[in-house]
Amino acid sequence: MDWGGKDKVSTRDGFGKALLELGETNKDVVVLSADLTESVRAHWFKEKFPERFISHGVAEQDMIGAAAGMALSGKVPFACTFGAFASGRAWDQVRISVAYMDLNVNIAGTHGGISVGADGATHQSLEEVTLMRVLPNMTVVVPGDAEEAFLATKQAAEMPHPVYLRLGREAAPMFKNNPGFTIGKASVMVPGDDLTIVVCGHMVLKAMAAAEELAKKNISARVINLHTPKPIDKETLIKAATETGAVLTVEEHAVAGGMGSAVAEVLVENRPVPMKLMGMKGKFGVSGEPDKLYEFFHLTERYIVEEAEKLIARK
Amino acid sequence: MFKRFNERWEVKKITDITELKKKAIDLRRDTLKMLTKAGSGHTGGSLSVIEIMALLYYQRMNIDNRDPRRKDRDKFILSKGHACPALYAILADLDFFPREELWTLRKLGSRLQGHPQLGLPGVEISSGSLGQGLSISVGMALADRMDDLNTRIYCLMGDGETNEGQVWEAAMTAAHYKLASLCGIIDCNKLQIDGRCCEVMNPGAHAKKWESFRWHVIEADGHDFKELQNAFDEAAAVLDRPQMIIAHTVKGKGISFIENQVAWHGIAPKKDELNKAFAELDKQRKALDG
Repeated sequence: MDWGGKDKVSTRDGFGKALLELGETNKDVVVLSADLTESVRAHWFKEKFPERFISHGVAEQDMIGAAAGMALSGKVPFACTFGAFASGRAWDQVRISVAYMDLNVNIAGTHGGISVGADGATHQSLEEVTLMRVLPNMTVVVPGDAEEAFLATKQAAEMPHPVYLRLGREAAPMFKNNPGFTIGKASVMVPGDDLTIVVCGHMVLKAMAAAEELAKKNISARVINLHTPKPIDKETLIKAATETGAVLTVEEHAVAGGMGSAVAEVLVENRPVPMKLMGMKGKFGVSGEPDKLYEFFHLTERYIVEEAEKLIARK
Repeated sequence: MFKRFNERWEVKKITDITELKKKAIDLRRDTLKMLTKAGSGHTGGSLSVIEIMALLYYQRMNIDNRDPRRKDRDKFILSKGHACPALYAILADLDFFPREELWTLRKLGSRLQGHPQLGLPGVEISSGSLGQGLSISVGMALADRMDDLNTRIYCLMGDGETNEGQVWEAAMTAAHYKLASLCGIIDCNKLQIDGRCCEVMNPGAHAKKWESFRWHVIEADGHDFKELQNAFDEAAAVLDRPQMIIAHTVKGKGISFIENQVAWHGIAPKKDELNKAFAELDKQRKALDG
């Protein structure tokens, strides 16, 4: 995808551009939006394919149910709203009308994580990975940059199963070298032997910067972009735990049940090693500028370096 | 106008009302036998929907038991999933799956789950968590309209079920999109698990509510085939909005000791109760033959 030379693009933009392309290539793709059409970047699709766009009002539960009905009638729906509402407000609808029936319903939850910023706790969803990965048949993807979001969206449309896409609001830097993106296959972003940092979403580049800092201290950190917390790429994780002997996870999400928990579930059964789980712990978000919030909640490169050093000492 | 299909549909229609009444008796017999064999299930709400579903399945809907997911079929959405014994009895009778499977209801390994699950031929949705069927019906109606399919979508809900907020979200959406292919039915049997609907959570006036949501509302006796026929005829003639048939029914209809008893919401007849019920149904059948 050509991003017009921009070095910062939000993952919701990547999603919106993919919808526009899917509109051309797949006549069954339909988009439902719960009164947040521009915010979720469904407006490009709406302008071009108005006959396949459903304005659903602020009625998320009905939107998820209607998406299920459309999937049962052969459509490929994308139901879009903020992550807090898509995964929380409509959870039972996702559980029964979507996951239990194992339908090709794609749910896009934008505004994931504290990087939503000023809107504060109600709009900074921190629980989507937990709430969605507990559901059988559900795939959960947390793209790391706009290109990954673009590819995830296109791949989700092809999967005859439900997919939840966790997307961010903020324009974020693009990966310089994209190692390729396939739902379900973790990407090794940086090779390393002393410890592994498993990361997803906006935290990927922060972890890569931390790995550079660690290299200056002669610590070789492997960085794995686990953009698909479910189904989880066990092989890559077990191999990393075996070869590096320590695993640090970093996410802009609740640690309880989140991506880090998913990694811990795999390793505790297969290759237990010292671990540290970084993320949101028992707290709601607060209003503030995204960068100040990352600092406030200790989710920056500096804290990743600190935790990595402490973790290595436990090996 | 209710355009019908020219193609051959595989399910034979019953137009004679006496025949429909006989069918309803047979369906009640199968429903009760399934519940007794299962040892648990929802008797009252399965018996109150029999005439509504019999009319739709044996007379109104274009369905194909050789191709249950045929794209241009009419769809019956059982939103009140706990009434599934009635649905299973009908689908087996219409050869969607072997009749012997009826007696596996609620048993390990059975396709006849305690609440319906997609996968059993003829079952359109998994349901059981109340309030979700109307939204799914809205999605089906929207999709079929995009595809220029001339289908009818019927969604059966309980009156207690309309306590769910999602129902009113769907009511709003269906009217907003003028989904004339969508016909809802409320099985208004006036009872829910905790007691009488008006005491558990008074719904107020059903008809006025749906009218104010811009639905075409029709009230009918939900056990009277003639009234139901007229109601569905009237609904089918409405072209600019969804229709809601408020069907006044009796919970546990047809069996004297089950009728109007709150306690019979979620229990199954024991063997001796089943025999008593069969005796009542035999009498009803004889009256029709006589």
